[in-house]
Amino acid sequence: MQYNGGSIVAMVGKNCVAIASDLRLGNQALTIATDFEKVFPITDRIYLGMAGLATDVLTLRERFRFRVNMYSIKEEREIEPKTLAQLVSSTLYERRFGPYFIEPIIAGLTDSSKGSQPFIASADLIGCLNFAKDFVVVGTAEDKLLGVAEGLWEPDLEPEDLFETISQTLLNAVDRDAFSGWGAVVHVITPDKVITRTLKGRMD
Amino acid sequence: MSHYTRTQSQQHPTQRQFNPYTENGGTILAIAGADFSVIAGDTRQSEGYSIQTRYAPKVFKLTDKAVLAVNGFAADGNMFVKKVKQRLEWYRHAHSKDMPLRSIARLIQTMLYAQRFFPYYVYNILGGIEEDGTGAVYSFDPVGSYEREACRAAGSAQSLVQPFLDNQIYFKNQTPVLGTSHPTHLPLRHVVQLVIDSFTSATERHIEVGDGVELYIILARGRGTQGLDSFKDVQELTPHAEGERLFVLRRELKKD
Amino acid sequence: MDSSNIYKKSGFDFSNQIRNNFLAAKGVPVPKATSTGTTIVGCLFKDGIVLGADTRATAGEIIADKNCEKVVNPSCCGAGTAADTEFTTALISSNLELHSLSTGRKPRVVTAMTMLKQMLFQYQGHIGAALVLGGVDVTGPHLFTIHPHGSTDKLPYVTMGSGSLAAMAVFEAGWKAGMERQEAIDLVSAAISAGIFNDLGSGSNVDVCVITKERTDMLRNYIKPNERVTKERHYKFTRGTTAYQSENIRKYIVDESITYLTGSATTATTAEEAMDVS
Repeated sequence: MQYNGGSIVAMVGKNCVAIASDLRLGNQALTIATDFEKVFPITDRIYLGMAGLATDVLTLRERFRFRVNMYSIKEEREIEPKTLAQLVSSTLYERRFGPYFIEPIIAGLTDSSKGSQPFIASADLIGCLNFAKDFVVVGTAEDKLLGVAEGLWEPDLEPEDLFETISQTLLNAVDRDAFSGWGAVVHVITPDKVITRTLKGRMD
Repeated sequence: MSHYTRTQSQQHPTQRQFNPYTENGGTILAIAGADFSVIAGDTRQSEGYSIQTRYAPKVFKLTDKAVLAVNGFAADGNMFVKKVKQRLEWYRHAHSKDMPLRSIARLIQTMLYAQRFFPYYVYNILGGIEEDGTGAVYSFDPVGSYEREACRAAGSAQSLVQPFLDNQIYFKNQTPVLGTSHPTHLPLRHVVQLVIDSFTSATERHIEVGDGVELYIILARGRGTQGLDSFKDVQELTPHAEGERLFVLRRELKKD
Repeated sequence: MDSSNIYKKSGFDFSNQIRNNFLAAKGVPVPKATSTGTTIVGCLFKDGIVLGADTRATAGEIIADKNCEKVVNPSCCGAGTAADTEFTTALISSNLELHSLSTGRKPRVVTAMTMLKQMLFQYQGHIGAALVLGGVDVTGPHLFTIHPHGSTDKLPYVTMGSGSLAAMAVFEAGWKAGMERQEAIDLVSAAISAGIFNDLGSGSNVDVCVITKERTDMLRNYIKPNERVTKERHYKFTRGTTAYQSENIRKYIVDESITYLTGSATTATTAEEAMDVS
């Protein structure tokens, strides 16, 4: 995890979810790139973030794209967030004894027929799921993110307020982590739109 | 059997080592205001997955205007506080006054560095009122490197609390509303609330933090108690209102 | 053997191992899996079995999940590596279902226990699942513990995980044969509470599961003794606090405006009707 660095956080708001990541790609202590996105859209309303070994982030992004496409072809419908969580979990556990070094976060809204309910989940590197009601964090700044989020988060935040809370949580946590930071990107997912913002953060 | 014993003794010599240190968990935290200082610590003492005691103070009154918080190896911490207090008493006998805060800070540095090659396994945070009446916080590493700061967290939940404080005390990453600026010092009530919330947050996410929290609040000479009145469980430790005043606020934390 | 994928055999995939060993040899720290430093217990009573668990999941000394479910399957509690307990019990419960379908009999607790211990022994402890398995079948109530290496115990009251000593102390003091349902639930809650309060690896809430011949009751969060107190302050930021460089909005509701080239807007007022012109 420390090899390339990176951190991700997701939070639940009122009828919305947000997911945010830093943009650093490192080689141990050396920063290689400051535009390395770790959060990818899976459907219009589901985003998947992966923190950890960058080669696995890219490999798994393609594997999940393939498996989600196969799912929608077979089922003739979009995948639900909790189904995606199980898919991610079993894909990771398959490699129990030679894992992919990533920790995923899933953030999304359920189908509008099911009321567009907010959903977040995270997993460890072998696919142990964590369904939280408030927020989930992964990456090298995990402990810092948990501390700040536990202080700043409160229930039923509107999308714009959730944006402030998740952004402040991420920025302040990664500023105390040597392996994360160098810019950040935030996605706020609401039933009718996704707001993506690239934050102004410390570049040291 | 004797043959067996001989082969045993002919095996490579095994090395056994005594480890003189343990880590007893917990977290300490201090914030300096314009004319006050708040020093806090939780009261749980643990080793591994076991709680040794739910009430072991980590924050100690040194003088009426200096409070020391110690975190790390509890035995070293207690011994260190004892020795600092002894040196302060000698100073009182020699000079008929309490040692100034900045001098206590320098004393702690030399005492820590004296043990450079067998250190006190302790992180120290010293809080109090400077001779000029300003609130001050000094933080130390185990061998005596120190710095005066406005706020500092140390101990097992340092990584959880410090970034939260960066945001709420230093207003890091916050752009002020147009035409305004962030305050350099926060009011006392605000600071005490932040400290309490820091500890309840750390208790939620760190297994070694919990049971109770003790906040020591030092007010500069002549400062009223405004900001403290809304907390009902505050207890004064100084006998009279002249000079610096010292208060303690105790709160229960979750015990799981 | 039939597999859902014709190109790949089922089971674990070891193909990342060489790379991971190389990385480990290079000194890259290997990330740690969430483990449940746990208190899980089970005890026998007059009509069946009561199982109990705490709800804390830890990654080192950090609490990863404050309210996880360790009663993974209505008849089994898991301690140890969280993912292992989850997937092992899921696999065995699915195999047990197939077994009962092919034999035409209701599954027995010993069968589940044997399948679990055989699998865990085969993996020589590398699957870090420590389980308490309890249930009622045609031969009566049974309670087992299964260790990661595959050894098992059959006892009237059992505890596992880092809080097992605290919980066992409660059982040793309070358990007696032929307890009533509520008595057993109270004893199990007390045992889990002992783990929650005295073991740092355990915490948060008490989950209880009561299994009798007739039915299984999952009493999720039976006791919640560790609710967070309300915070001293509110931490909502004023909007515009966070500076951002760029913004991109993907709108899913398309704004539609209709321009009439001829005639008036007497028909086709809504977008839906406007679409129907074909």
